[in-house]
Amino acid sequence: MRIWDLHCHLSGVAGLTPEDRLSELLRYADRVGIERLCIYMGMKWAQDPTPDDLVKQNDEVLRALDKHSDRAFGFVYLSAKHIERSLSELERCVANGPMLGVKLWVAQHCNVPEIDPIIARAAELKAVIFQHTWFKTNGNYVGESTPDDLVALAKRFPKVPIICGHTGGTWELGLRAIRDQKNLFADLAGSDPTWGITEMAVRELGADRIIYGSDSGGRSFASQLAKVHGAQISEADKQKIFCDNLRGLMLPILEAKGIKA
Amino acid sequence: MNRRHFLGHTAAFAAAPIVADEKQTRVIDCNLHLGRHPNRDLPQVDSAFLSKHHIDQAWAGSFEALLHRDIAAVNQRLAVACKHQPRLRPAGSIHLLLPAWKDDFNRCVDTHGMNILRLHPSHHGYTLDDPSFTQLLELASARQVLVQIVTQLEDQRTQHPLTQVAPVDLKPLTEIMKRVPSARVMLLNANAAMVTKTLQGSTNLWLDMAMIEGVGGVENLLKSWPTEKLCFGSHAPFFYWESSALKLQESVLTSEQLVAVQQGNAQALL
Ligand SMILES: [Zn+2]
Repeated sequence: MRIWDLHCHLSGVAGLTPEDRLSELLRYADRVGIERLCIYMGMKWAQDPTPDDLVKQNDEVLRALDKHSDRAFGFVYLSAKHIERSLSELERCVANGPMLGVKLWVAQHCNVPEIDPIIARAAELKAVIFQHTWFKTNGNYVGESTPDDLVALAKRFPKVPIICGHTGGTWELGLRAIRDQKNLFADLAGSDPTWGITEMAVRELGADRIIYGSDSGGRSFASQLAKVHGAQISEADKQKIFCDNLRGLMLPILEAKGIKA
Repeated sequence: MNRRHFLGHTAAFAAAPIVADEKQTRVIDCNLHLGRHPNRDLPQVDSAFLSKHHIDQAWAGSFEALLHRDIAAVNQRLAVACKHQPRLRPAGSIHLLLPAWKDDFNRCVDTHGMNILRLHPSHHGYTLDDPSFTQLLELASARQVLVQIVTQLEDQRTQHPLTQVAPVDLKPLTEIMKRVPSARVMLLNANAAMVTKTLQGSTNLWLDMAMIEGVGGVENLLKSWPTEKLCFGSHAPFFYWESSALKLQESVLTSEQLVAVQQGNAQALL
C-alpha cells in the first residue's frame, strides 16, 4: 500500500530547527509505512497570524523542505485577513518556490468574498487547496470555518478542487454537509479514530473524494492510519484514500514543476 | 512477533504496516465495551473480532452502563455475554449516585465473580472527591478488585449535543489513593496531559494507551511514566482497534517494554 500523508505540521514534534522536526516526523513515518508528508505552518502558531508571521512560518517550512525535498511537499500558509501578503506569499512559495499547495486555517471564515483572489490564483497555479473546518459541539473559534462555509466558497469555484480539512471533525455532520458539492474532498485527519468515519465517507462521497491525513505531530500517525487500515472497505478503496486521490490532485502541479513522484 | 526486527530489515517507507500480521504477539486489551452505544452503531466485540485482532483476553464493560438506570440488569447481561466467550472478562459498572450501589458491588463480585469494576464518573455525574468514590475504593481493595475509571469516552468537540460530558477531573485522585493505599486503579482513555500534570508518582495507578496521542506518543509517555504501569487498551469498538496496535509499531520500544504493555502488566494485575 502506497501512503502519502496530506496533513502534517512542524509543531508537537521534537527538534530545535524546522529541518530537525521534519526529520523526526519522517523517522516515525518510516516505522508505519508512510512515503511522503505534506507539511504546512511553522514552529509556533497563532490563530490570527500577522502578515509577517505568515512569512516567518512559510520560511520555516521552506527550510525544512530544503533538506527533505525527496520526502515532503510544502503548502503555503495564507490568511484571508491579509490578502495582499497572502498573494505575494503564493507567488514566492508556489509560483516561484517549491511549494505545491495552500493551507488556510482559522483566522477568517472561508466563505468571505475577500478570499476569492487567493483561490483564483491558487487554481491558476494548480496548487492543492486545503481549508481547515470543524463543526464543534462546544463551539468553534471566532474565525473558524464550518464545512457549510466551505460549501459556500466551493459553489463560487465549482471547477476548483478544494479539500475540506478534518471533514468538519464531527464527521457525521461534515460528510453530509459536503456530499453534494462534488469539488470538495474529505480530509480524514485530526479527529479521534472513531469507528465508522471512513465507512460513512465511502458510502456518502465515494472512495474517490476521500484523502488520508494525520495532523501529526499533535496526532500520532497510528490513530489516523487506523481509520483506513481498520475500515471495512475494499483494499482498492484504501489505496485510493491512502495515496491515489491526493496524488491525482497533485499531478498537475507536480508535472508543471517537473517533479516525479 | 518480532515487529521491530521486521522493520529494521525492511526498506524504510515501503514497510507495510503489519496490523494483522499472523506472527503478531497476542494481547490483553483492557479497554473495550460491549452492548449498544447510545448514538452510534458499532461493530460487536464477538469471537471473530477477538480472533481477527489476536486478542487473548478482553476486559469488557458495557456501553449500556452510561445511561441505563437498571444497572444491575446491565451487569447481569454483561456477565452472561462474557460467560459465552471465555476470552472476555466482564468489568461490571457501579453507578455511585444510584441508591443501593453497594448492592451492585456485591452482585458483581459475589454473584458474577467479577474482579474488575468500571466507573463512568462523567456520565454518572459525580467527581472523584465524592465520598462514595473513597468508599468504593475501600470495598474494592478489601476484595482485591481492580477499579477502572473511564476518564473520557469521546472528544468534547464531537459529542452529541444532548449527552455532553467533560473529562473526569483527576486532581483529587492522588490524595484519595493515599487514604486507601492498597486500592488499585486503572485510568481508561486518559491523555498524556491529564496524567503527567497531576498523577506523577502515584502508586497503584495504571493507564491504558487508547488516547495517548502525538507522534511517537507511547514512547514519549514512557519517558516520564513507568512502563510497568501502562497497559494495552484499544477503546474498541468506539475506536478502530488498529489505532492502539499501530501506536506500538510507531513508537520505538524495547522488546521488554512491548511485552509488558501488550500483556505482562495486565496479567500481573489480576
Ligand atoms: Zn492540522
